[in-house]
Amino acid sequence: MTIDLAQFLPTFLEESYEGLETMETGLLNLQSSEDDSIHSIFRAAHSIKGGAGTFGFTQVTNFTHLVETLLDEMRDGRRDIIQSDIEILLQSVDCIRLLIEADRNESVCEDESINNVQILLNESLKSANTQTINESEDTNDSKSTNQQSWLIDFIPQPHLVQTGNDPIFLFNALADLGELRIICNTSELPVFSDIEPKELYLKWQIQLSTLSSTEKDIREVFEWVEDECILDITLLGTEAAVDKEQDLKSAPVASEPALDIKAAKEETTRTSLTDNDKPQTSAKTKPDVGSIRVGVDKVDILINLVGELVITQSMLSELGNDFDLSKLEKLTSGLDQLLQNTKELQESVMRIRMLPISFAFNRFPRLIHDLSIKTGKEIELVIKGEQTELDKTVMEQIGDPLVHLVRNAVDHGIESKEVRIANGKSPKGKISLDAYHMGGSIVIEINDDGGGINRQAVLNKAIEKGVVEPNSTLTDSQVFDLIFEPGFSTANEVTDISGRGVGMDVVKKNIQSLGGRIQVASEPGKGSSFKVNLPLTLAILDGQLVRVGTEVYIIPLISIVESLQTKTDLINRVSGNMLLYRLREDNVPVLPIYQLFNLEADNIEIDNSLLVVVESDGQKVGLMVDDLLAQQQVVIKSLKDNYQQVDGISGATILGDGSVAMILDIPGMISMALAQAQVAQKTAHNNIEEVV
Amino acid sequence: MDIQALAKDVPAQGEQSLEGIDFITNGEQYLTFMLGTEQFAINILCVEEIRSWEQPTRIPNAPIHVKGVINMRGVIVPIIDLRIKFEVGENTYLPSTVVIILTIEVEHDSKVIGFVVDAVSDVLNAEESDIKKSPAFGGSIPPEFIAGLVNLENSVVTLLNAEALHKIEKHQPNGGNKS
Repeated sequence: MTIDLAQFLPTFLEESYEGLETMETGLLNLQSSEDDSIHSIFRAAHSIKGGAGTFGFTQVTNFTHLVETLLDEMRDGRRDIIQSDIEILLQSVDCIRLLIEADRNESVCEDESINNVQILLNESLKSANTQTINESEDTNDSKSTNQQSWLIDFIPQPHLVQTGNDPIFLFNALADLGELRIICNTSELPVFSDIEPKELYLKWQIQLSTLSSTEKDIREVFEWVEDECILDITLLGTEAAVDKEQDLKSAPVASEPALDIKAAKEETTRTSLTDNDKPQTSAKTKPDVGSIRVGVDKVDILINLVGELVITQSMLSELGNDFDLSKLEKLTSGLDQLLQNTKELQESVMRIRMLPISFAFNRFPRLIHDLSIKTGKEIELVIKGEQTELDKTVMEQIGDPLVHLVRNAVDHGIESKEVRIANGKSPKGKISLDAYHMGGSIVIEINDDGGGINRQAVLNKAIEKGVVEPNSTLTDSQVFDLIFEPGFSTANEVTDISGRGVGMDVVKKNIQSLGGRIQVASEPGKGSSFKVNLPLTLAILDGQLVRVGTEVYIIPLISIVESLQTKTDLINRVSGNMLLYRLREDNVPVLPIYQLFNLEADNIEIDNSLLVVVESDGQKVGLMVDDLLAQQQVVIKSLKDNYQQVDGISGATILGDGSVAMILDIPGMISMALAQAQVAQKTAHNNIEEVV
Repeated sequence: MDIQALAKDVPAQGEQSLEGIDFITNGEQYLTFMLGTEQFAINILCVEEIRSWEQPTRIPNAPIHVKGVINMRGVIVPIIDLRIKFEVGENTYLPSTVVIILTIEVEHDSKVIGFVVDAVSDVLNAEESDIKKSPAFGGSIPPEFIAGLVNLENSVVTLLNAEALHKIEKHQPNGGNKS
């Protein structure tokens, strides 16, 4: 009766990581042993240990056991909760995370931090023992009084093994209750030639010394075999245990040596490991798809909507059975209903992918805690709007940029205690994280009440780096945007938290790759504010369908500035056949899609053609198309799944008629055009050299 | 009772399907198809479905043998013309032209790719011992795609290596640009 445990592994991992998060948040809030959170921390550690044991994650089990012991002492009030212990426990949480990862890959975790923390844990445990020596003696006394000895006569019926039960499992289960002595009685064993391989001829006498187990616990072990054996459980006294033990030893029935339960146990674990090997490797080859926990209410809404959809569908199909023009009105109202249903259904399905942003915010209390120790600054973290929901994919990718922004706020934003007091501020710095919905996007604000961005320092640095002309006049927001330039840092000294100048540009790039944007505001002496705007979801996009030749492409509506019919007198050919279109004050370079994608288009002349002006990263370009079609929401499908990334294309979608259309990647197209232009310039350059 | 009658039916069906399995156990089964006048074969377990040719949506700047992508029940599937890639036969698209959709396992992932061929012919049973090594006398097909040769009456069938086929589109990433 082997169960393939591998199928439960993802659940275990997920729950363990959740448990670790619970521990982390609990530890950060932990003040006293009366606090409820110590119980939830202990429970989380305990279930991680239990689960790890089931899956043979021995490194995790061993390590978590230490943590659990420490927590247990805190929980029972045998140990005062002191900051240093919490520090150790927080580090242990990190270690357990590493160990789970290591055990999962069946490797030995060699990170030295684990040994260090293990030593700290042991020291902490020892020190407590010496401090509360009386107490521990007390507990020892009570333990010895609880010590009980049980004598179990286990006489299985010959067909026991045929029902799929193996006595070794029972003994292993008993071994968990306490110390075991097992004596096997082989007197019934027939001569070898008469042995029926399916029959069990052995009887056992088991002596169990246990601390707390009752007869009920023991009976529970034998629950499955109750009907197939004669079971006799008698309680022996504590003192009698020793005598009886000797009785047993000298008993003439014990012709076979006592089973070494430990050796047997090892053997079974080994065999079970080899059993597990196969399913585990097969599970590994599967991609890590991840999972989402969905509230039942969300699923219920979906079911209701699907019900409505089915009703609408049946109404429409009935209408279609014998349709004449008199029913036209009914048809249009039915189609309206269908539209409504699909829209609602789509929204609810999207909502399943939505998670509260607290998943991304959860790590910050710990981060601030660690950073404030490292920097010696006192910082208070205020989190608002944790329940704001966000698409899971966006959430996963926004985590790192947010961490970076918060680290920056701690390192550059908040001043040291002395400076704050000198400036008449409270010595405790404040960082607030705020998330809320605005229109079709989500806004995350990171505010600090630190020194603000030094405008002049940024400007000087920019001039020094040659990003800005020395005499140019820039607005505040233009200056602050400079901090997103690559290699830009105004920190006077590089710390291990930040200041290397890598980061802000990456932050901006990451946010932009999610289709979002970031804004900075800052006031000297009062603090800075970073505002991150993100789309709610990545799976659906509002698009403008355009036609080029025979192909239909989709331009993301968000990047379109305007669409227009070109006027001949506004077209300029400059600096060597570069096409520019005069759009009010701007000169917009024209990008013919057919040239970029090697297509045949109806219209290859710019005169009187249709131009869709799009903007990306502040750069406007005009895309030349043959026709503007409908605007609609499209579901984004990846080309990478079965093919590969294609330049200038961000994905594909399926149109109403079942055909596939490509979604244009505007930044990608611009860089493609730039690359093509460079190639052209190079050949031109080479030609010049040849002429010379 | 009805249930008992049903219960009797079930093993009978099982036996039938067992008979079917019986000949599968003698080696692997391969789907044979034509490219021009040559016969090729692919492990039948990889074959997802066979569908008729339809004009796919073109991928910008794709190599010439990548015809584009189609929508197969919501999945975007690239279509590759094996005749162009292998330089066998002519790349004309007739009503008899078919697309074999294969599911190819790649390390941690599986890819669904469609291949244009002239016609699908038969299912071929081949044991390990029937598969002979292909002599390296410079055909137009790169050797990594060929798993071996199988004799079929008087003709020879080229067995293709399904696992290698997913790399096919990566061979000339900019092939289309030069045209």
